[in-house]
Amino acid sequence: MIKVTIDDIEIEVEPGTTILNAARKVGGEIVPPAMCYYSKLPGTGGKCRTCLVEVTSGSAANPTPMPKLVPSCSTNCMDGMVVKNSTSERVFENRGGIVEFLLINHPLDCPVCDQAGECHLQDLAYEHGAQKTRYEEERRTFEPIEIGENIKLHMNRCILCYRCVQVANQLTEDRVHGVLYRGEHAEISTYIENALDTDFIGNVIDVCPVGALTDRTARFKSRVWFLKPMEAECSCSKCAGKAVLWMFGDEIYRVTTRKDHYDEVETIDDKTAWICDECRFEKKDKSQWNIIGPREVDRHSVISQGKYETKIGNQPKKIE
Amino acid sequence: MSGKKLLLENIEIPGIETFEVYRKSGGYASVEKALKTMSPDAVVEEVKKSGLRGRGGAGFSTGMKWSFLAKPDGVPRYLVCNADESEPGTFKDRYLMEKIPHLLIEGMITASYALGANQSFIYIRGEYMWILQILQKAIAEAHQHGFLGKNILGSGYDLELVVTPGGGAYICGEETALLESLEGKRGNPRMKPPFPAVKGLWDCPTVVNNVETIAAVVPIVNHGGEHYASIGIGKSTGTKLISACGNLVRPGVYEIEMGLSVEEFIYGDNYCRGIANGKKLKACVPGGSSVPILPHYLVCKTEAGLDRLMTYESLADGGFKSGSMLGSGGFIVFDEDQCVVRNTWNFARFYAHESCGQCSPCREGTGWMEKVLNRLEHGQGNMRDIDLLADINKKIEGNTICPLGDAAAWPVAAAIRHFRDEFEWHVNEREISQKRNYGLIQEKSTSLA
Repeated sequence: MIKVTIDDIEIEVEPGTTILNAARKVGGEIVPPAMCYYSKLPGTGGKCRTCLVEVTSGSAANPTPMPKLVPSCSTNCMDGMVVKNSTSERVFENRGGIVEFLLINHPLDCPVCDQAGECHLQDLAYEHGAQKTRYEEERRTFEPIEIGENIKLHMNRCILCYRCVQVANQLTEDRVHGVLYRGEHAEISTYIENALDTDFIGNVIDVCPVGALTDRTARFKSRVWFLKPMEAECSCSKCAGKAVLWMFGDEIYRVTTRKDHYDEVETIDDKTAWICDECRFEKKDKSQWNIIGPREVDRHSVISQGKYETKIGNQPKKIE
Repeated sequence: MSGKKLLLENIEIPGIETFEVYRKSGGYASVEKALKTMSPDAVVEEVKKSGLRGRGGAGFSTGMKWSFLAKPDGVPRYLVCNADESEPGTFKDRYLMEKIPHLLIEGMITASYALGANQSFIYIRGEYMWILQILQKAIAEAHQHGFLGKNILGSGYDLELVVTPGGGAYICGEETALLESLEGKRGNPRMKPPFPAVKGLWDCPTVVNNVETIAAVVPIVNHGGEHYASIGIGKSTGTKLISACGNLVRPGVYEIEMGLSVEEFIYGDNYCRGIANGKKLKACVPGGSSVPILPHYLVCKTEAGLDRLMTYESLADGGFKSGSMLGSGGFIVFDEDQCVVRNTWNFARFYAHESCGQCSPCREGTGWMEKVLNRLEHGQGNMRDIDLLADINKKIEGNTICPLGDAAAWPVAAAIRHFRDEFEWHVNEREISQKRNYGLIQEKSTSLA
């Protein structure tokens, strides 16, 4: 075990643990936000740069500070490392910059976006965003496309986290879902706008941190905070059948995977509990499910919080 | 022509691109010397002694880079030559490969031997398609004469060399993006660590070196590392190819000894012979488009009043406040008629176009800077745009996966730092700025007559 100090809190972790995962062990304010890293998907991380932290001492053996901010999701802890996240002005300033970059081309169409209420970018913007935009240029726009019968891709909202690319890479043999073009013009697409023909492709909706990939069977039906999340299971030949039903009265509006505190799909019986497309898009009748009880939805939803804590302004929060 | 030449010594010999002529003029001697009389480690040792630094731009010690190469048993090692020369203003590798391709092939064989690689690659930019053919011809000739293939010169050492063209993306000149591209994937830079020396091409230990670096191995092995280190000043040893362009009387590729003064290089009879058409020097970008621009009063003298020399250290003297970098040796000179705002916009447009779009600061920031500079240049800018640009720079710099973000931010930051009055003039004199250029800025005390 190695010792690492994050925001003056000392913890012991296994060698090879990333700073982000070490911080998640402690939880709370010291956890850097992560828009692209997804612990269940190998190969994600390092792209959005929102989880940048300041390393003031590289290790006990070499205590020199790292000159640049480092992405906590892909930087391993070293013994004696000292990390500053919420106690660093520099981190807050740069994170604010990153959030601004993510927002300049984002349509800010939260009022009509299905993700509103459980959107990571919304959370991030509330926590770190400025109140006014400095961007006076025209935003880049794309036409929404349908990838498959049940999935809508709104490229305008995409922050290019590559999570869905990693999901598709794990599900399909060929590279059919990926990124086209470069730089500002980069866009997520399937090979010649093809439908992805796999039983699990619906999971790209669950990993999407923003409203770029949405469920066509649930679009515009209701705001998430009007729905009641219920833990449920069903017997399914393709997946474990453990899901969350988003209900309005007796009606099932939407089915998603069970997600943990960091909005990642839960691990049940040592397996990541992805659900199949049949459970997600077709089982919309109450009789097809065994409903266990209300599901507590954490952090990334207004449902459990009732309201957003206002943290407007870029002042770092000091931990006593 | 004065100054020692190590790489371009024989370039004027007619037919030097053919194996016969190249061999007759002393070519492939380093391969013979290395394979017959030296151990691989001895070659690495010579390169370390030479003090050779990467010629692609970063200037990292080549000997160090080679000694970092992991050598696990049963895992192949690769040497990859980075011939994806796409920095605006840099065209030295093109000249070298076009005129004397066997020098690169020879360097590749010697370097591969030193690193224990049995398969090496030359990754060349797609736009250099005719050079690809030149190199392939040279490789075939080397094969024919037993310098490539199995059991080279009876030493028991095998090497295959392949030239692979890229698709024409600047980002694939970044070493990890290059490796991704070479593997047949989208050219996105990888996260570091792990570095290529540990996990490179197909997860095997890999060394990626610039064309000129690999070519420099030839004279190092031929004459010894100490001889190479005796040329140059301090930690900048040997010779460097400089591709000079812009408003010069005689632009072109020059091989200079490290330590030549910048003044001599621009005005000397053996080099660029001064500014064309009798104009005055306005600014200079000494190391390819990604390095900070220098105003005329900081080109030939440092801020401390010392002569500025063509070395890694002297060009960087003063840090980013009053210095620049040697970079890849793309020496761009501007005369008094050039518009710095327009040039900065041009560079920004290039980086916005070439950003891979993987990480957010670079993807969004480069495009934003380009749009703001576009407005400023076309008389649509405001005063606050200048500060905005400076702030966007700060948010990009250091926060990206690969150095492309820094490369996009530095020229803009430096242009605003040194030529702020010209940016302000574009805002204040919108109409005039569309009709004529700003001209020279006020002479500072350190300026040359």
